[in-house]
Amino acid sequence: MINTTPTAPHTQRPTSVTRVMALVLAALIPGWVVLVISFSWGYLINPLLACATALVTEAALLKARGRPVLFFLKDLSALVTAVLLALALPPLSPWWMTVLGTALALIFAKHLFGGLGNNPFNPAMVAYALLLVSLPLYMTTRWANPDQWLSLTDTLSIIFAGGVPIDAATAATPLDVYKLNIANQTANEVLRAPIFGSFVAEGWDIANLAFLIGGGVLIWQRIISWHIPVALLGALMLMSLLFGSDADLRVPLSLHLLGGATMLGAFFIATDPVSAATSNRGKLMYGAGIGVLIYLIRTWGNYPDAVAFAVLLMNFAAPLIDHYSRPRVYGHRKAVKGYKRDD
Amino acid sequence: MNAPLIITDRPHRFHGGVHPAENKTQSNGTAIEALPLPSVLVLPLRMHLGAPAEPRVSVGMTVRKGDVLADADGAISAAVHAPTSGRITAIEERIIAHESGLSAPCIVLEADGEDVWRERHGYPDWRQRDTAELIQRLRDCGLAGLGGAGFPTDVKYRNTHHAIDTLIINAAECEPYITADDRLMRERATEILEGAGIAARLVGAKTIRLGIEDNKPEALAAMTAAAEALALSLRVTVVPTKYPSGGEKQLIQLITGREVPAGGLPSDLGIICQNVGTLAAIRAAVIEDEPLIRRVTTVTGAAADRPGNYEVLIGTPIETLLNHAGVHLKKADRVIMGGPMMGFALPDITAPLSKTTNCLLVPAKNELPPSQIDNPCIRCGQCEQVCPAGLLPQQLFWAAKSRDLDSAELHSLGDCIECGACAWVCPSHIPLVHYYRYAKGEIRHEREEQIKSERARARFEARQARLEKEQQEKEARRAARAKAAAEAQARKQAEAGEASSDPVQAALERARAKRAERQNDVSDAGQPSIADLEKALELAAAKVKKANERLVAAEQEAPDTVPALQKAISKLEEKHRQAQQALDAARDQGNAS
Repeated sequence: MINTTPTAPHTQRPTSVTRVMALVLAALIPGWVVLVISFSWGYLINPLLACATALVTEAALLKARGRPVLFFLKDLSALVTAVLLALALPPLSPWWMTVLGTALALIFAKHLFGGLGNNPFNPAMVAYALLLVSLPLYMTTRWANPDQWLSLTDTLSIIFAGGVPIDAATAATPLDVYKLNIANQTANEVLRAPIFGSFVAEGWDIANLAFLIGGGVLIWQRIISWHIPVALLGALMLMSLLFGSDADLRVPLSLHLLGGATMLGAFFIATDPVSAATSNRGKLMYGAGIGVLIYLIRTWGNYPDAVAFAVLLMNFAAPLIDHYSRPRVYGHRKAVKGYKRDD
Repeated sequence: MNAPLIITDRPHRFHGGVHPAENKTQSNGTAIEALPLPSVLVLPLRMHLGAPAEPRVSVGMTVRKGDVLADADGAISAAVHAPTSGRITAIEERIIAHESGLSAPCIVLEADGEDVWRERHGYPDWRQRDTAELIQRLRDCGLAGLGGAGFPTDVKYRNTHHAIDTLIINAAECEPYITADDRLMRERATEILEGAGIAARLVGAKTIRLGIEDNKPEALAAMTAAAEALALSLRVTVVPTKYPSGGEKQLIQLITGREVPAGGLPSDLGIICQNVGTLAAIRAAVIEDEPLIRRVTTVTGAAADRPGNYEVLIGTPIETLLNHAGVHLKKADRVIMGGPMMGFALPDITAPLSKTTNCLLVPAKNELPPSQIDNPCIRCGQCEQVCPAGLLPQQLFWAAKSRDLDSAELHSLGDCIECGACAWVCPSHIPLVHYYRYAKGEIRHEREEQIKSERARARFEARQARLEKEQQEKEARRAARAKAAAEAQARKQAEAGEASSDPVQAALERARAKRAERQNDVSDAGQPSIADLEKALELAAAKVKKANERLVAAEQEAPDTVPALQKAISKLEEKHRQAQQALDAARDQGNAS
């Protein structure tokens, strides 16, 4: 009758890592769909390509490391990394860039550190940063133009056949355009560019709102806690109000929030629990740090968007934050901070 | 009689907590049923926290119901009593209800079926009696907490470090499936409250507060009705159903909003917390002189045909109770003692029921989720959100897994109450509590090792010091001997020179000078020390001995020197006597002062 003596608790909430990852993927769908509709097929083809690469790479690495392949493949974590990376890359990136990026993420940022749960840095952002510093041209000139619907065959030829997209098919990102043009134009003049559309930034704004909704679902489902996104967005807003309230001088807040990768970063990338700070208070510090860094890099840095570098820099800081943000334990007068107990 | 008897307070909150399926209705619908008298009872000597009891019976003895079988041994211990009348057939190691299928010393009692009580002296007049007498009664009756840990009850009441003003009745019963306290309250609320009255008197508590989860309305109604009937004023806090609200620390926080200090006890807050079952047992012990020989145990789970609550004698084999409740062992996935959150799977069901067995859960095959292979921790932090102690379970896990005990302590591992809420929500199915127990065990082990090595070091150092001292003493003795030898040599030379004139004169001069010097020294010091006098005496005795030897030699070789020598000897003897007197006088003086 009894052949095992399992330990307490004997009951469990019906949940699993697979469910967590599947919900993250599901919550990405609204934003993903908006991106495909706004920027055509590139955002469909590249993520699928990344997924295929991820599955193959993950399986090969698990095999090489002597780990159960199917057991870990079905946790879906590789797919989350792949989709996040592909959604962050320019949609018209050549196929080899997507494949290379995905493989880099899984090999160097994940499995070399010991696989799921052991990576100190966000794998998708490591790959993104590597590609950005190695292939700046591809990373800046392959953004799709929301006003130009590219046919499936054209997209396929650009991605797979080494085709160079015609100028009309591409466009710089709204953050880039604004930052570049505000130097010698007024805000009204800058915003006349078609890329800003009727709301904040054509395509980008709706996609950001869709990611915001997806993130809300994750918080509601308790897959992520509210701390990181709220602190991140709060800090970004505060920085923008402090330093960039004049739209004729700096990128306005609306564009910061809805014009780049902000919502994807706030709800799906910064919240990667493995590489983030741990406690609730730590998550607030960590999220706020990312928000501040995003603003600093976007405003005074050379890169068009800043989510990847901001996240990676705070990944470095996460262990330190953990040591100084422990919560107060029941029955203790104050929290134990730092590396030594003082009692 | 101005204030209303029953006051209802609003509950405070505690951090975290989880909502596992309650599963209470399977067993709380039927009345408590007494189990028929079993033929054999096995009574472990340790069914409580603390030292095992010391047997007082021998094999072959007949005992009556309620007779003491084993005495409490030491301050924290509890006696064991005969649950029925019969004969002691063995005192030996038997398998007890333990996670590892451990054996432990037990007294085996064969029931004679008569169930004859020993003489009893109840205290219906307990209000007129001395508290010390009542507390002694709790100890004599072998009372231990029935809620789970089995802490000897009398110890709680002996605590005089803090003034107690509040007695909290723990009626939360937050573990899923268990309904023993629920039924007890519905059926014996008066007994519980009488017990509470006694307990409150014992510690001098002015307020009695009841903490009960909102999923037990019938029990609450019974308790308030009984309180009204007894004219006992009661403050009630109905807490939301959330695990682990029945944890002592959590319940105190829910009721008072205060936290038991880390490393402290509820008494630090002026609170004593007691489970309803224990209160009923206190009443039985004081008023009826009934030792702790029975308790109410829930048998539940889909593998049981007749789930419900059973009143069982302590020591009843678990198998007997399961059979009575219609449990199909073939259908059962496992037998859990306690609830699904904190209970443990029994490796052997022949083990006896103990004082702390509040539930036997026999889930059918698919009733509880199957054990799963754990995934890596992804630090999702859901454990942190539910931890009622406010810990970081994921950090504790990493520390325990890498055996980083310093880090585990830095993250306050010792404050973990092992409630299992973290493991319940873990999407990676990590047996977190298991890791914490491992780390706690390692820390305990390391502390013990440290104490051991500390002791060994002290022993070693003491030995070193002793050896060194011995060596020094040896050295001192050798130096003294060498000095004495040198002096003797000098004297010999001096005496040898007595024959020749000049050197003799010189030697005499030297000796005189030395004597004068010594006298000066003595007078300088004012009073010669006993040691000096002893030395002088020794010297004088040695001189007398030497002179006598020389006299014997002279009588044969040079008879003409004999008279001179005899004169010298008498002088020396006189000196010796003086030295002896001086020493005696000094000693007397020393004794007198």
